[in-house]
Amino acid sequence: MNEYNFAYLDEQTKRMIRRAILKGLAIPGYQVPFASREMPMPYGWGTGGVQVSAATLTPDDTFKVIDQGADDTTNAVSIRKFFEKTAGVETTEETYRATVIQTRHRIPEAKLRDDQILVYQVPIPEPLRFLEPRETETRKMHSLEEYGLIHVKLYEDISQHGAIATSYAYPVKVSDRYVMDPSPIPKFDNPKLEMDAIQLFGAGREQRIYAVPPHTKVVSLDFEDYPFEASKANHACDLCGAEDSYLDEVIMDDAGNRMFVCSDTDYCRSRRAAGHVGRLAEENAA
Amino acid sequence: MINVKNVSKSFTLHNQGSAVIPVMDGASLQVSPGECVALTGASGAGKSTLMRVIYGNYLAASGQVVVGDLDVARAEPREIIALRRDTLGYVSQFLRVVPRVPTLDVVAEPLLAVGHDRQAAMDKAADILERLNIPERLWSLSPTTFSGGEQQRVNIARGFVHHYPAMLLDEPTASLDARNRETVLSLIEEAKQRGAAIVGIFHDAEARERVSDREVDVSQFTPGLAA
Amino acid sequence: MTPLLQVKGIDKHYGARIGCMDVSFDLYPGEVMGIVGESGSGKSTLLNCMAGHLIPDAGQVIFDTRAEGPVDTVTMSEPERRMLSRTDWAFVHQHARDGLRMSVSAGGNIGERLMAVGDRHYGDIRDKAIDWLGRVEIDVTRVDDRPMAFSGGMQQRLQIARNLVTGPRLVFMDEPTGGLDVSVQARLLDLLRGLVREMGLSAIIVTHDLAVVRLLADRLMVMKDGHVVETGLTDQVLDDPQHAYTQLLVSSVLQV
Repeated sequence: MNEYNFAYLDEQTKRMIRRAILKGLAIPGYQVPFASREMPMPYGWGTGGVQVSAATLTPDDTFKVIDQGADDTTNAVSIRKFFEKTAGVETTEETYRATVIQTRHRIPEAKLRDDQILVYQVPIPEPLRFLEPRETETRKMHSLEEYGLIHVKLYEDISQHGAIATSYAYPVKVSDRYVMDPSPIPKFDNPKLEMDAIQLFGAGREQRIYAVPPHTKVVSLDFEDYPFEASKANHACDLCGAEDSYLDEVIMDDAGNRMFVCSDTDYCRSRRAAGHVGRLAEENAA
Repeated sequence: MINVKNVSKSFTLHNQGSAVIPVMDGASLQVSPGECVALTGASGAGKSTLMRVIYGNYLAASGQVVVGDLDVARAEPREIIALRRDTLGYVSQFLRVVPRVPTLDVVAEPLLAVGHDRQAAMDKAADILERLNIPERLWSLSPTTFSGGEQQRVNIARGFVHHYPAMLLDEPTASLDARNRETVLSLIEEAKQRGAAIVGIFHDAEARERVSDREVDVSQFTPGLAA
Repeated sequence: MTPLLQVKGIDKHYGARIGCMDVSFDLYPGEVMGIVGESGSGKSTLLNCMAGHLIPDAGQVIFDTRAEGPVDTVTMSEPERRMLSRTDWAFVHQHARDGLRMSVSAGGNIGERLMAVGDRHYGDIRDKAIDWLGRVEIDVTRVDDRPMAFSGGMQQRLQIARNLVTGPRLVFMDEPTGGLDVSVQARLLDLLRGLVREMGLSAIIVTHDLAVVRLLADRLMVMKDGHVVETGLTDQVLDDPQHAYTQLLVSSVLQV
């Protein structure tokens, strides 16, 4: 094939990572420490997700990478090319064809199946970190299930903004036990965390792996009088007309004209291919 | 009500060559409900010392100091606290309060401590302050800023607002004008009428004769002075 | 009556050095006890042993729990002890910033203990936080301000509110008025006295300030070199000290 070992990492490292993944799956939401390796890309570019993908991929897999829903950003393209080169796996932009999907900050709109694996890139795995800087203390809080602090953050949100303003990386409780940071996905995606596919989370710089097995209960934390809401922009996609997908706002010109488009590029493309038309579709085509 | 039996007291000054200063020996005193006993004797004879021993402020070296059914000389701190809260009042010559607390609260505190509701306590405190001629405009101020005579009257108000069955009065009429002195003496008489056992020190001979039923010369308990 | 806290034979060494030695006492409900002594006398070590911040080398700290009656907190499981320390116990640090979350609003600071014991109604939590700000005499319009913007005295009062909001039965205080201006100290002492009486709190106050214990404590424990040298009713110990060290301590205070 080439001079790289399959999927870049050596076999011992992949075994070590797989053990961490299995432990993570066995204890849903629990952050498993692992010996994160130097990868040929900077921290913050998905080194955690890449290592998890490397340990997960087999030669028969079909690999897809999205960055905030898009297949065509620098980050997505370079990671896709990385595995094309080092693992020789087939890659795709179509969600339904992929068996392993690495993602940064989104869950695909299409419902994932139980033969798919979703790998998240995680910048800060510790949901309590912003209020409690001591790792020894946050680990103790997790082990003793002392989660009052996470509600302090939500309290602060409401008191400062009148509503829970946390709109991404919205904390969840997994399987009635561990509070988990779902990575910076929009809270619109939180309800989708209960899915048929395996979800793996890799934080390279922080050296943590955690997981949500299929069909696991995932509850977004809230207050009785300020219940969780999976919000999105109150628009339809201007290209494909979808009303149920998470939208990016695009500024069109200096006059303040804007358009809203699906952040999930594959979802939008496949809808348009199926004949759905949005408000600005013709102009765009023209 | 108050029963002091064969009490001795000495001070050991560890930091001055462990000098032992005996100040009281063989002190005995009984006060029945409704009775007022005046302590007499020259300055330094131990009147205040005996009073402090009864209050538990000084530790008796030997003997018994029974107030109600508690031997103060041997009681636990919490028992003495309870005794002082419910049973044994003390009007000292000096007012010692938390700075900043309004006079009305200072006076009401003994009532609140025994569980009176706030409004009732405040009303009673107001009544007695009025009787003692503390102008109403001062009630919301801390007594720490008051004149000596005013402080003394606040101290008396605080001491008499709750009807203690036993009371210790250290110079209650000192530095008072005739009108307030009269009020204090009638407060003492009222306390006796409702059955309070009172031990007092009165330099004011006229006052002493009016309220006390008998006198006890503490010089007889002073080591080296006893006849 | 069952003591709220029974301390039995507490020893703590730091290597060969004595932290505190053979300390025993009972604390009854509603009692306020002061522990005085100079720096290094072992009073803070003792306080931290009792509050579960340090593990004593020997001895028992038996607390009368609501559920199970008297239990030795030294040997109880850590989750139980931590639960105790955010429900029935409170700890007021000398430096407010050790006891507060400086990046969280005053309301959030007070609300944390409520949320820690499972309160999940924002409106209720906020109402209680505002009520407590009032009780510790902080302007309720400051509820969304961070303690960073508060004066030292306000921070200390906020720390007290944060600690007392869950209605603890035992409060540990480590030099609660240390580092505050004298006028601010007086206000804080008055506040503490009121709260202790209203809530029927028991408290253990470590301080080197004899004026503080005279105003707040029912009884006193005097420590020197890790040992208890004298105990008794506060005014009795201060006015008629029996031990040489206590006499020295009392006579060293400047009269004003």
